[in-house]
Amino acid sequence: MLSKSPEETQKYGKAIGSVLKDKDIVLFYGELGSGKTQLIKGICSALGVKQVVNSPTFIIVNEYVSGDNKNIYHFDLYRLKSAEEVIDIGLDDYLKDRGIILIEWPELIEDILPAGSKKVFISHVNGNENSRYIKFYPVEE
Amino acid sequence: MSITIFSIETSCDETSAAILRDNQIMSNIISSQQFHTEYGGIVPELASRAHISVIDKIADAAISGSGINKNNIDIVAATIGPGLIGSLLVGLNYAKSFSIAAGIKFIGINHIESHLYSCYIGQEIIEFPFIALIVSGGHTILFLVNDYFSYKILGQTQDDAAGEAFDKVAKMLGLGYPGGPLIDQLAKDGNENFHVFPKSYLKENIYDFSFSGIKTSVLYYLKKNFISNSAGPAAISLNDISASFQKAVVTALTEKTMLAAKNFNVKNIAVSGGVSANSRLREEFNKYKTEGYKISFPKPVYSTDNAAMIGYTAYLYSKYSRNRNFEKNIYKPAFARFDYNKF
Repeated sequence: MLSKSPEETQKYGKAIGSVLKDKDIVLFYGELGSGKTQLIKGICSALGVKQVVNSPTFIIVNEYVSGDNKNIYHFDLYRLKSAEEVIDIGLDDYLKDRGIILIEWPELIEDILPAGSKKVFISHVNGNENSRYIKFYPVEE
Repeated sequence: MSITIFSIETSCDETSAAILRDNQIMSNIISSQQFHTEYGGIVPELASRAHISVIDKIADAAISGSGINKNNIDIVAATIGPGLIGSLLVGLNYAKSFSIAAGIKFIGINHIESHLYSCYIGQEIIEFPFIALIVSGGHTILFLVNDYFSYKILGQTQDDAAGEAFDKVAKMLGLGYPGGPLIDQLAKDGNENFHVFPKSYLKENIYDFSFSGIKTSVLYYLKKNFISNSAGPAAISLNDISASFQKAVVTALTEKTMLAAKNFNVKNIAVSGGVSANSRLREEFNKYKTEGYKISFPKPVYSTDNAAMIGYTAYLYSKYSRNRNFEKNIYKPAFARFDYNKF
């Protein structure tokens, strides 16, 4: 998919959000400023989240509640340096929950996540500051 | 009769303890966890481990440095959120255990709310109503404060916090952590009109903030002019980039705050949180003094996370809140999900 604006990125997020189920884990790959948080805003809006969805870089994980009262955990591992640190903040406890888990900067913990995580890749488009390629893999390949 | 408060703050990377006698700070010990610097950010696991290893020493230092006998403490206060769960738990459980052992009251304090009152400490009280801007690495929120414990949230960041934008841009520029003071310093010798980084205007709520667009435009500027430039690193002045980026952030923060002040016809402004130490931000806000606005900033030591502001907020609650039943607070969950709209 090609998004031409942050608004359009949110729209693609809504489409992704509408197919997510309990216990889904979605990994978001893309460099700084590629629009990972924008996409997650769209996903959360499709899930009926009323709270403000913003960047959890500083506090590592934001928690939201979906329209049908399930927890959504929005992780940002940008500042972390090892999988151990993610485990120590209680990753297992979050995984046990019935809710949906969205993870920005997931590279550190790819190996320790349960199989079947969905993946989203966002990349900048050469020569156009507002456009982004968005690829969604609903099943791990 | 005066009351003595023992307060603890461990919501992020600082372990801090303080003793207050009423509104007077008798001691305020802050251990900045220096080793975070080498990781280019806050590391939660290390952070909570570090809190555990130093909290006893910090608490003892605060008590002994205050000249107050431990047995004369009336209230224990600790940050209840928002923050890193693991870090919060260390301070919270320490404070609760202390209160149970000593048989005294415990009160959980909201970290954001305490930033709001940090401008009061050791300075003139700000008259209600006032507009409060809280701006740090984790938060960018604009409040209308009508009275003690009576707030209306006007706007907040829809993506990155202002301090986070400083940190991320500093990282792009190859600077260290935290990015704010480094960019502030570099910007002093830079031309802030070197390049115009576009500010974001949000349609839905004029008081909301957005900083990810500024961050991304810096990234694109660097990609275009720095990374792909064969002339190499010397081709761009870090001073000019820092100054131009800082101007974009500072303008967004001041414009929205002053717009709220005008629209709500409020003359008093309080700016707090770590980014309130930024010299360019202070300069920009202080310009409005000539228009009859009163601008307050916390003393530098109270702008970043500290236990004195937690104790101060506990003091205000003990003095002005009708809900004085602190004993019940101890049974609250250790970590409260923070909802800005349920202040």
